Amino acid sequence: MLHINCPHCGMRSQNEFSYGGDASVKRPELNKEVSDQDWDNFVYNRKSLRGKHLELWQHISGCRQWIKVERDTATHEIFRTFKADEEVA
Amino acid sequence: MTQAFRIENGGLINRDKKLSFKFNGKTYLGYEGDTLASALLANGVHLVGRSFKYHRPRGFFGAGVDEPYAVVQLFRNGETEPNIKATEQELFEGLEAKSVNCWPSVNFDVGAINNFLKIFLPAGFYYKTFMWPKSFWYRIYEPFIRKAAGLGVASTKHDKERYEHKYEYCDLLIAGSGPSGLAGAYAAAKNGAKVILAEDKPRFGGSLLTSDVNIGNQSGKDWAEGIIAELKTMPNVVVKNRSQIFGYYDHNMLVMSEKVSDHLPLTKKYHPNKRLWYIRAKEVLISSGSIERPIVFGNNDTPGVMLSSAAKEYLKVYGVLVGRKPLVFTNNDSGYETAIEFKKHGVDPVVLDSRKNPESEIIDEAKNLGINIKYSYVVVAAQGYKKVKSADIASISEDKKQLGKIENIQCDCICVSGFWTPTIHLASQSGNKTKFKEEIDAFIPGQSKQNEITLGAANGVFSLEETLKTSFTAGSELSKKITENDNKIAIPNVVEKKSSQHDKFWCVPLPKGKNYKRFLDFQNDVAVSDVEIALREGYRSIEHVKRYTTLGMATDQGKTSNLNGLQLVSEIENKVVPAVGHTTFRPPYTPVSIGAIVGREVGKHSKPTRKSPMHSWHEKNNAVFVDAGVWLRPRYYKRGNENLFEGSKREAKNVRTNVGVCDVTTLGKIDIKGPDAAELLNRVYTNAWLKLPVGKARYGVMLREDGIVMDDGTTTRISENHYHMTTTTAQAANVLSHLEYYLQLVWPELNVNVVSTTEQWAGAAIAGPKSRDLLQKLFPNSDVSNEGLPFMGYMEGDLFGVKARIYRISFSGELAYEVNVASDYGNFMWEKIIEVGEEFNIQPYGTEALSTLRIEMGHVAGSELDGRTIPYDNALEGLVSKKKDFIGKRSLQRSAFITEDRQRIVGVVPLDKQTSIPEGSHLVKNDKAPLPNPKLGHISASCWSVEYDNPFSLAILKDGKNMIGQKLFAMSPLKNKVIPVEIVSSHYVDPKGERVRS
Repeated sequence: MLHINCPHCGMRSQNEFSYGGDASVKRPELNKEVSDQDWDNFVYNRKSLRGKHLELWQHISGCRQWIKVERDTATHEIFRTFKADEEVA
Repeated sequence: MTQAFRIENGGLINRDKKLSFKFNGKTYLGYEGDTLASALLANGVHLVGRSFKYHRPRGFFGAGVDEPYAVVQLFRNGETEPNIKATEQELFEGLEAKSVNCWPSVNFDVGAINNFLKIFLPAGFYYKTFMWPKSFWYRIYEPFIRKAAGLGVASTKHDKERYEHKYEYCDLLIAGSGPSGLAGAYAAAKNGAKVILAEDKPRFGGSLLTSDVNIGNQSGKDWAEGIIAELKTMPNVVVKNRSQIFGYYDHNMLVMSEKVSDHLPLTKKYHPNKRLWYIRAKEVLISSGSIERPIVFGNNDTPGVMLSSAAKEYLKVYGVLVGRKPLVFTNNDSGYETAIEFKKHGVDPVVLDSRKNPESEIIDEAKNLGINIKYSYVVVAAQGYKKVKSADIASISEDKKQLGKIENIQCDCICVSGFWTPTIHLASQSGNKTKFKEEIDAFIPGQSKQNEITLGAANGVFSLEETLKTSFTAGSELSKKITENDNKIAIPNVVEKKSSQHDKFWCVPLPKGKNYKRFLDFQNDVAVSDVEIALREGYRSIEHVKRYTTLGMATDQGKTSNLNGLQLVSEIENKVVPAVGHTTFRPPYTPVSIGAIVGREVGKHSKPTRKSPMHSWHEKNNAVFVDAGVWLRPRYYKRGNENLFEGSKREAKNVRTNVGVCDVTTLGKIDIKGPDAAELLNRVYTNAWLKLPVGKARYGVMLREDGIVMDDGTTTRISENHYHMTTTTAQAANVLSHLEYYLQLVWPELNVNVVSTTEQWAGAAIAGPKSRDLLQKLFPNSDVSNEGLPFMGYMEGDLFGVKARIYRISFSGELAYEVNVASDYGNFMWEKIIEVGEEFNIQPYGTEALSTLRIEMGHVAGSELDGRTIPYDNALEGLVSKKKDFIGKRSLQRSAFITEDRQRIVGVVPLDKQTSIPEGSHLVKNDKAPLPNPKLGHISASCWSVEYDNPFSLAILKDGKNMIGQKLFAMSPLKNKVIPVEIVSSHYVDPKGERVRS
């Protein structure tokens, strides 16, 4: 079970969180033309990365905040965690 | 029966307490402190089971967790448990156990014929043989294999025992209480670290219990006892025996199974049977020791052949002689230690040493005691069927390829030592890349991936002095990092005998003309010849060889077989062992009870049960409940002998004619506040929300980004910047997360807060033509007329002194209202509605009547919003705004979503107006068409229309819009029904929606 450092609450076990997928995906802006390809990429197309991955988790049984987690998908190592509005450098 | 093989004195058992127990129906005596294995051996019982594949007689091979054979079925307190190792099961008064994998009995086993047919059962036999003909698989092969395979029988009864889970955090977790574990624990504890020390056996001390060493001028055993006694007094230390750490998971999470009650005849009141510990440790010290390695020779599975360390343990810990004419077969000095113990207890062993002329202190001691030692000698084969009777022995050439003349010597047990294998399972599970250590012919942990360190014998270090030195130092260093204390510990002086180099010899060659089975894996019956076949057939990867032959699989996980298997593969392949590599060690290290894994989450505790504040009223009024997600909801209120059909029909009819009341507390409720609340709703729902006036409700549908309907419900504008959203019962949690996702990540500029208020409000839906009259009596001071509270109107009211929210919304399609009060007043509200409603013939109605009412009105619910439908499919396209953007809108342009013959909701009536159509039935054009009959749609929900008194169903049908009036067939192969039907509008009752506005 992973140990995730919630930037709001501190270290918590994985069973307090729910997974939210790739954090690098950006929703196209509202009321703007979006090509079929761009929309497909936003809704469906994901890379199944091996290695460092920036992903979303929600601290669902805690502060309910969505957070960003930089995790290695092969080793499960967690490098850094960020608040939703924090820039990932 | 007397304990004929128990020595007069000695051992760590309590001779003052005799225990009687039963094995295979026969009663025996043992002592407190025995294991089932040691007590049986004390009584001269060696035959305990039959082997997995060939049903060969099997005895005891080890004395603990490494035991591959002696797996028994245990009976305790009216329960039965399979897969119990006799070597680990502590004896208690009245214990009962039976052999497994034999029929009709362990002494006469019909399956043993497999042994004589062994030519037919080589590696891969099942894969090759039972493939053809295919039709035989289910009827003949599988039942046969099922009967033949398996180690014991799982109980089919409900487990009365209780199991607990525990979460724990510590600075240093130590696996194993041998010299390394004790030293590490002691040093870390002295630095004030929070330490957990886990030992799988009942007794602490590991190898110190049986080895002849001195630490700090005491015997090793006394030193261990002293350390444990001191650790137990320290508040920062948890010391646990009977506790096996069986898995090493991510981020230094380890799981330990503590046997709390297994050694007792009955579990103590309020005690669990087992306790599963989830331990998050900052640092882990693996001191799991090593397991003696067998040497492979002919018939090496005969009862009476066992590890020399096991023989020594039975003698030193339990005071049991495993034989009176022992033969010790060794390639290193450990065998001599066992021989010396035998000799000290008046038994004359013979030692066969594969080495030519080894010299060491231990060997000198054996010589001085007058033990008969034969150098360059090996056991070629054990003789005897159910017990060793003699051994064929021979001298062996220096290159270990040529055997001398075979002699036969009498013996009643063969104690084998092929050197030691470090127990690296936990380290390997942690992700540690193991490395091969040439000097000991075995793998040891390499580079750590997590915060773990392996020390002592588990790290391939067999010198006690070095083990203590490194472990004390590691305990100090690891704890110093955490607690910043640095209390120096004096490392005690050690007296141990020096050993000579072991012989890299592991397998006795077959003598000419002999075809003995030479087993590698004792639990899975894998012999040298099986691995040879696998390699001959082209299997190369060790992982493939493992699966083809079953070497190192199952509960044993290759504890005694792993290295010899690798040796064999490397020899045949002409590779070095590290190049062959080892198979993956998987948790659990030892079998873990399913009960312990499940813990308390059984029966009604497997998920939380949520009840509305009116639950006790429903109970008192004969409600029959149904699970709705985690909620319990009344399905119908039973009157007299009514069944579900009759009861729900009565309730639904009463709503259509008078008035009914339904508990709708379970609906998800979300409070939305903020200046941008309307904008959020406008983006989340498909329809327009910016112009909804205060005091009005609106029905809305929300989509996922892929265009599929996610949920529906009404949202009411309570005040300028305050909205009350309702969701379906099932989607409540998902919708809240969905809103939070967009507010926190996508549109953080929106100034809105959302919070669940599902628990804060109790809800009652009042529906039926007389509902307004009732409402007026409930709220005499409010104007609830059609003008004062129009359809989709909202007002606050005073319910006999309780503040209430009144929404004029309808799921039943009747004139209807929903009244909400604070949860604590829920029951008060409900009783008032029932009391005041009496004059209007009010009846409560449950979910079944609720379904009937919504189905015949054509209102969609979960069975139509099934994660596959878009708004059009549910005839909700009128709610989809063309002007504004919203979540999922772009997806509605996908080509599959705009096809002409898109599926759509319709109504379905059976032509005979009699036969109910099972939900899930397929709609087809021709009921006689050859299979697979093209499916046009499916029945999503069925009811008995109380309006027309005939069955009515909703269906999702291809090209549904143009199918009204068509005649089709509803087919349910499951219920064996073919029903001719007519397609009608989904709005079966009141298609213009006049009633809700009346």
